[in-house]
Order: sequence, then structure tokens, then C-alpha cells
Amino acid sequence: MSSQPRGNVIIDPEECKGCGLCVESCPPECLELAPQLSKYGVHPAQYSGEGCTGCGACFYCCPEPGAIVVERLTPPAKAASAIPLPQEVAHEATL
Amino acid sequence: MEGYQVIHEKSPAFYDNYDRKAEMQHQTHYCPGCGHGIAHKLIAEALTELGLKDRAILVSPVGCSVFAYYYFDVGNVQVAHGRAPAAATALKRSNPDSIVMAYQGDGDLAAIGTAEIIHAANRGENICVFFVNNSVYGMTGGQMAPTTLVGQKSTTSPWGRRAGNEGLPLHVCELLAALETPTYIERVALTDMKNIMKAKKAVKKALQIQKDHGGFSLIELLSPCPTILKMDPVVARKWVSETLAKAFPLGVFRDRKPELPVDAIVPHLTVAEALGVEEDQSNEPVIRRHHHTRDLTVKIAGFGGQGILLMGQLLAEMGLREQMEVSWLPSYGPEMRSGSAHCHVTLSHDRIGTPLISQPEVLIAMNELSLHKFASSVASGGLVLYNGTKLPEGFSAKQARVVCVPVSEIADRLGSAKVANVVMLGALLEETECLPAETAMAVIETMVKNPKMLALDRQAIAAGCDYVDTQIEIGAVSQPDGYSY
Repeated sequence: MSSQPRGNVIIDPEECKGCGLCVESCPPECLELAPQLSKYGVHPAQYSGEGCTGCGACFYCCPEPGAIVVERLTPPAKAASAIPLPQEVAHEATL
Repeated sequence: MEGYQVIHEKSPAFYDNYDRKAEMQHQTHYCPGCGHGIAHKLIAEALTELGLKDRAILVSPVGCSVFAYYYFDVGNVQVAHGRAPAAATALKRSNPDSIVMAYQGDGDLAAIGTAEIIHAANRGENICVFFVNNSVYGMTGGQMAPTTLVGQKSTTSPWGRRAGNEGLPLHVCELLAALETPTYIERVALTDMKNIMKAKKAVKKALQIQKDHGGFSLIELLSPCPTILKMDPVVARKWVSETLAKAFPLGVFRDRKPELPVDAIVPHLTVAEALGVEEDQSNEPVIRRHHHTRDLTVKIAGFGGQGILLMGQLLAEMGLREQMEVSWLPSYGPEMRSGSAHCHVTLSHDRIGTPLISQPEVLIAMNELSLHKFASSVASGGLVLYNGTKLPEGFSAKQARVVCVPVSEIADRLGSAKVANVVMLGALLEETECLPAETAMAVIETMVKNPKMLALDRQAIAAGCDYVDTQIEIGAVSQPDGYSY
């Protein structure tokens, strides 16, 4: 479990405009612009796959309302709990 | 992902899809790296966190953020350039439970809307103003704004802004903080995580203040405009923090509840007292005399001085007395100073959607010019009442019935050209039977104090009714049956 990153970031390449602000803002420098172009002709941001702390800097620096979703590792105690957090409920309801 | 929980995602205060256009409904229209998206995000989150989404009304400005109503799933109003604080005032005062936000850019708020923001702040309106300052006019292509820095080039200051010629940048927060009435004023910058978090706190605090009926708040958000500044988004953001924020220092300029003198009790007059009429004290249910009244849309046109607008007011006032819904929309503008004048009157038993009438059922043309100008707009099967003995040569209105009533002549015969409009009112009432003539007299009695004029008005109404009843005859109008088809 200790090798698992604390956070995870999901970037929607359809929504990303490739401004690069998230890449610049990421404290652990785990975001990059994809070498390939998206269908809009920009290099969308992508997660390198490791190092995310779930700090949310990329989310707040991103000008698109829904391009970035940030997740954080569920603490084991809470993961085992039978009662889901309100946030989880809200998220599941939108799935 | 398995074992992870979402901590940041798109706020439910945004629509799922932005149906501004058929394509690309998942993206905002803002340029890459634009600060508006971040400002939107902070507002949406604060609304959600405070549980205010369903009470919120966003007033969109003119500028790049003119389309904010495509993004926010709240009540939305888009207003004329710079007028957001005035519209927000009206919205808040008429819906005190709502949370009203004016969202404005620097061209909108600090240039054309200077008067509105200063007076809204000075009244201490219980609204939030989010002022996005990017130092230029963005949407129109980068002209100089009041907030443009000294030396900064723009399309209208190609050699850079010169203080001696264009003045110094306008500091809105400092300006408003000089007033007694605002509650909370802060300047923040959308530049990096630290400052964006400060901005988020400020936005949320402003909304909380409004929720607590705390008064006026303004948050100025320094924001990058990479397109107009011709900079890479990252560089533009750096420019905001290193250059713009130097000229516009960040910080809290006001954070206290204003201590205003407690006003003396406002003298209260009832509507009846103010108008000098007796209030109906009876609690009996109002009897709607539907059989005496009918729905009608009327356009009254003529030249200034003929009592065009007054005739409209009389008609509307009559409708009110008969418990109808009414509207009266005068034409404003240069035509008010002689030349042509017109007004629209709607009489209705139901609620009225708009006071503007594009196809009136009745046109009252008090002169030939108005007849030519508006006759074609009359609804099919409608009526035109024309001030004249016969129609002008070559005139025809195929879709409407035209009745000629020489009201000016009749009024002259009665002794005053001034009552021509009242004669026409009598003719209208007789021809359309939209309202009883005695209601007209009741209204006129409350407005005219001079007994001589009152007698004349009484004669005028009767003369108008009488003419329509008895005088419309062969020769008066172009058709043998007295009508022109």
C-alpha cells in the first residue's frame, strides 16, 4: 500500500485546451503535455502516472470547469467503514 | 480509481452541457489560459459549499463573460454594458431572499459602468460584485481600459499608456473603500495555487456576507488574458503576479459592517392617499365586469403635443379601474421633442407578457404620417382609427378596417383643439366597446380639476361616441358603407 500514490488525477483530453497552467502549477511535477495532438489541435495535459499527491493545485489552476478530476487515496480506516462519506455518495449519484 | 475518492471535480453549479452551440458543448468559449474559467470555478464552488445555488442569480455583463449564463446552472440575467450593479440592485430588492451576483470585467465595471458601481456601493446594496480585471478590453480586441497600466501597449495606446494623456490606472477597490457603506472589498489574483485559494476564500466570504444580509461586497480578481497580452498562458499568469499585482496591490481594503445612522421612520402614504382618491374600505370580493371589457392591444401615434401619451395613460388607467391588467409603453427619444410620438397600451384579463406590441389590434393614427408609418403593422382583421374626414389619396390597408373620424375638427368645433385626443378616446370606446365610456369620465374627473375643461372633456367623449354612432356615412371615408377595406 505504501507504494501507492496518495492522489490520482484524471484529465479529460476532450475538454483540455492545452494551456499548460496545470503542468506549471503541479508541485510534484507529475503532469505533462501529451506529445500527440488532440482532435482540437492542442497538446492536452496528461498525468505521468506517478507522484500525484492529490493536492488539487492543477484543479484550481485549470480554467475549464470540468477538465480535471482529482482523487485522493481513501484512508484504510475510512475505506473499511460501512458508512460512505457524503462526497462519495454525491459522486456515485452522478455516475 | 479503485481505493480513491474524488476530492475535486466539476461543480454541480455548472450545467452538464453548455448548449451555446451545437458542437463542443463540453468546453467553455474562453481562450486557453483565461482567468474567467477559474473565477467561474471559484464562484460555483462557493455557491455549492454554502448551499446557495438554488437561490443564486448571476448578472452577466458585456465582455468575454457575456455568456456566463450558458455555464452557471443558476438564475441568469444578462444586462447592458456596465449596468450589472443597477440590475442586481433591482433583482435583490424585488427578491430579497435571492443571492445576487454581478459579474463584470474592467471595461464593463470601471469604464462604462463607473456610475452604477459607485452608486450601488454607496447605497450599500446587499449584493456581491465579482470584478475581473485583466487590464484591457478583451472581447473587442485589446483596447485600452481604465485599468491599463502606464506604458502598457494596447490597440488604442500603441505607444503605451501615457499618464499625461490618458490618466493613471483606475483603482476600483481603493476608490470604493473611500465610501462609508461597503462591507467587504478585497483584491485577489488568479495566478497560482496560493493566491487562487485566497481568491476562493474571498469569494466565499462575500457570498456569506450577502447570505447574512451583511451588505455590499466587491472582489476584484486580477486575471490573465493571454490572447490580448499576446503571451503564453504561463507567461501571462506570471505577468499578472509580477507586473499587474504590483500596480494593483492585493489585499483587503474593507472588512467591517458599516455603521449607518438609523433612519427616522419613513413617512408612509397609501397609494390612495398619495393620489388623493378615497380608498375602497369594503372587503367585498371584487366583481370583474368582464362583459363590459375586452382584451385589446392599441398603438396610438401622432405628433408630439396631440396628447398621444396622455390618451394612452387614460386608457390604461381606465383598464385599471375595471380590474384589468394593463400596460402603457411610451416611445422615448428625440421624437418626444416634437415630431412623431407614439405609445402602446395593452388591456388584458390575463397577465401581460410584454408591453411592446408589434402587431396592434387597433391603431389610432392622429396624423397622416402615422397612418402611413404604422398601418401595415396592424394585425389582420384589426382596426385603424384615423384623424381625418377621408383617407389620403392612394392609401390602402388591406388587412384592417379603417374608420375616419375627424377628431381635430370636432375638437375645434367644441372650442379647444386640446380635446382632440379625448374625442378620439370616445370614438375608440364606441367602436371597440373595450371599456365603458363612464369609466373614462371617472378617470378624467380625477385628473382634470378645472371645471370648464372637465365639461369640455365630457362633451368630447360624447362627441367621439356620437360621431362613430351616427356620422360615419357615405363620403366620410373611401368606401360606400362607411368603411375602407
